[in-house]
Amino acid sequence: MIRLIGFFVGVAFTVAVLWAFATGAYTAATEPAAPTAEHEFHRTPRPLHLASDGPFGRWDLQQLQRGYQVYKEVCSACHSLKYVAFRDLAQLGYTEAEVKATAASWTVPGIDPVTGETNTRPGTPTDYFPSPFPNDIAARAANNNAIPPDLSLMTKARHDGAAYVHSLLTGYQDQPAELLKKFPDAKTGPGLHYNPYFANLNLAMAPPLSDDQVTYADGTKATVDQMATDVAAFLTWTAEPSLIKRKQTGWAVMIFLVFATILAWFAKKQVWAPITPKRPKKD
Amino acid sequence: MSFPWAKQYEPKAPLMRYLDEKLPLPRFLYNAVGGGYPVPRNLNYWWNFGVLAGFCLVLQIVTGVILAMHFAANAGVAFNSVEHIMRDVNWGWMLRYAHANGASFFFIVIYIHIFRGFFYGSYKAPREMVWLLGVVIFLLLMATAFMGYVLPWGQMSFWGAKVITGLFGAIPIVGEPIQIWLLGGYAPDNAALNRFFSLHFLLPFVIAGVVILHIWALHIPGSSNPTGVEIKSESDTIPFHPYYTAKDGFGLGVFLIAYCLMVFFLPNFMGHPDNYIPANPLSTPAHIVPEWYFWPFYAILRAFTADILFVPAKLLGVLAMFSSILVWFFLPWLDKSPVRSGHYRPVFKKFFWVLVVDMAVLFYCGGAPAEEPYVMLSQIATAYYFLHFLVILPIVSMIERPNPLPFSITEAVLGSDDKAVMAANATPAT
Amino acid sequence: MATTTGTAQPEAMAEGEGVRRRDFIEIAAVSAAGVAGAAVLIPLISQMAPSKDVLAESTTELDISAIQPGQAIKAVFRKQPLFVRNLTPHEIQQAEAVPIDTLRDPQTLLERTKEGHGNWLVTMGVCTHLGCVPLGAGEGENRGEFGGYFCPCHGSHYDTAGRIRKGPAPKNLEVPSYVFTSDTHLVIGQESA
Repeated sequence: MIRLIGFFVGVAFTVAVLWAFATGAYTAATEPAAPTAEHEFHRTPRPLHLASDGPFGRWDLQQLQRGYQVYKEVCSACHSLKYVAFRDLAQLGYTEAEVKATAASWTVPGIDPVTGETNTRPGTPTDYFPSPFPNDIAARAANNNAIPPDLSLMTKARHDGAAYVHSLLTGYQDQPAELLKKFPDAKTGPGLHYNPYFANLNLAMAPPLSDDQVTYADGTKATVDQMATDVAAFLTWTAEPSLIKRKQTGWAVMIFLVFATILAWFAKKQVWAPITPKRPKKD
Repeated sequence: MSFPWAKQYEPKAPLMRYLDEKLPLPRFLYNAVGGGYPVPRNLNYWWNFGVLAGFCLVLQIVTGVILAMHFAANAGVAFNSVEHIMRDVNWGWMLRYAHANGASFFFIVIYIHIFRGFFYGSYKAPREMVWLLGVVIFLLLMATAFMGYVLPWGQMSFWGAKVITGLFGAIPIVGEPIQIWLLGGYAPDNAALNRFFSLHFLLPFVIAGVVILHIWALHIPGSSNPTGVEIKSESDTIPFHPYYTAKDGFGLGVFLIAYCLMVFFLPNFMGHPDNYIPANPLSTPAHIVPEWYFWPFYAILRAFTADILFVPAKLLGVLAMFSSILVWFFLPWLDKSPVRSGHYRPVFKKFFWVLVVDMAVLFYCGGAPAEEPYVMLSQIATAYYFLHFLVILPIVSMIERPNPLPFSITEAVLGSDDKAVMAANATPAT
Repeated sequence: MATTTGTAQPEAMAEGEGVRRRDFIEIAAVSAAGVAGAAVLIPLISQMAPSKDVLAESTTELDISAIQPGQAIKAVFRKQPLFVRNLTPHEIQQAEAVPIDTLRDPQTLLERTKEGHGNWLVTMGVCTHLGCVPLGAGEGENRGEFGGYFCPCHGSHYDTAGRIRKGPAPKNLEVPSYVFTSDTHLVIGQESA
């Protein structure tokens, strides 16, 4: 009885899904899906190699410091970094005094201890990076209706995060003539900027970097590509400060586990030896 | 236990004797996973996955209870509290990655465990109850995993909660009120997040309870084995401890190597980048997918794209998705072949491998965007899925001619050579 | 484990040396599992210790310029109340007049203040009995029989140097480590400037 009912249920589902297949196939044949500009012109990020990559990755502290400088002097005008505290900068190789000094160079929202009114004060190491806008509405109003996203987790929140950041920052270009020929409606709108690495190709953010925009303390030449690489490295750190510790811990764990598993294999063999039949090998 | 030759627990130390009289927990464990449980001597490594699943449950409960000490189930701060765990709590990053990847590995282990059951006919009499309880555990596990994924309150969390509760909206008439009731609002918010947290904390302990029933039910007929031939004599079995504890110990080592590789070197590989974006009720991610372990069922859900008569496509998809798992409940009665193991069923074996490929296709399509050719591919795969369980299996089990079975487990291990059998019987009745 | 296996097995019996090696491998494998279990305990235990953000907030800076003699303020140090009191000459005199050997927890006022800032009494606002917040720092609160602080929970009286004089508390109010960064600024929780 169960099998009989089951048979009919099975046939019913099969008929239903094959009917859907047939209608879908008919539609696909008669009205093929129109190609879109995003589909044809979107590009995946170009590979980017950072010192922190791979199982033996290490932080390049010089590069992280340069990346921090780029964030501070360029990105922070619009983008917050709200999950990172100034105290965390000690991990980039700054001394306690330098952390205090750089924290104090930022202005954070505060409360007047006498009147209770909101005001601003210099940051302390325990403060988090301040947001450039008081709220989302202000951020939207100041940026052509697009909220600049928080950057703390950016390299984890996109596929190929660090490479994406680097490609996006260096990927601004004129809209290809071929695209306009094929999709005349897809012309980049006013206030938008064509960038093939952005999901829908048109980005509200204007190209943020230009050569020698910052002056690096270590004398590195501040090309757009250099700054983009440095800030991508910095954002890799902000997204996961424990990245290198994680990989190092992983090595210790793996070495132990391989050793323990080999031991367990021999122990298993020993335990099973008396009941494992011995057959003459045929070779 | 039913085997007369099962070893008896004999406490030696006075304390153990006292304990055995007052609270015979050591005896219970001895009979469950110690020397007192005779197990077929021929279990292969596919039989390791039951113990591994148990390990995963413990792993998830331990890491989960710890994460709950730091997590805040409030829509305003849930995302921040997860970042707090990742950045500030001592070893918090490791505990969270261990829990997130632990869920994925739990499903890897469970899927292998289930497919082992499919191939070796572990669902057949006298183990139907073991199988039914197993399906219940799987359903509970899916519910727990789904609610756990909502907790970090990222984009995928939010939209996952919205889409999955939206499934209930497909039920005629009462669907929409049920959806609102499940969420405690019109969209996922504090109410939903809090109840999901509460249930996500509770359900693992319910699972642990059903796991105990699952093992209990297993111990009544005893474990199945790769030949599918029932235990006939003492020489067919060996005690669980030390033989299978040693084998499981090695299996656990291999499992941990794979698991720790992911936790420490690719912790976000099985996650989705969008879940590192805080939940935003006003913007849907371009390509929303559930966690990978739901992909086959998600593919079945999306395969139904056309209405049939008065039944809307949405309802068909939801019905098919739930049925695709419910059908497992009827498996012991759909496949009536008296032979359990796929090794001795030539036709069944071929269809089993087609099912494996079919599931792989469903996995692939479920994770792909809802575009062609994935939709059409998943429609073919869905059709086979239902045909396999509801049409092919019953027919195959009626018409198939199985290959000859070995006389006993001992014979399967040692060959029918009399000397070897004698030697085996001379082994101490450990 | 090893003893339950293979005792009747001729191959294993052949050499006594073999049995010992077998034991060794099995003991080593079980020990490795033990080591792994112990190692796993480290993160499981240390996750309950204060997290980085809690540790980072372990100093408090205070401006004390507005506190008049005879007044006290309550501040927060490591999520606990902190009393800062500007002692009047009379209160200092009162505290110094007490013979040290009559005290339960003998300490002079000088030992409990900083050199050159003898009128500033900085103590935790946590009764050493069971951790209630004593009264006496707020305007008009009961200062107890000795003019310092009074804990209403179980009736401990502290004097103007914050020393326990009467009631169940065993110790004087704790003086945290702090430094004067200027005449009007304190950093609590810092050992030296």
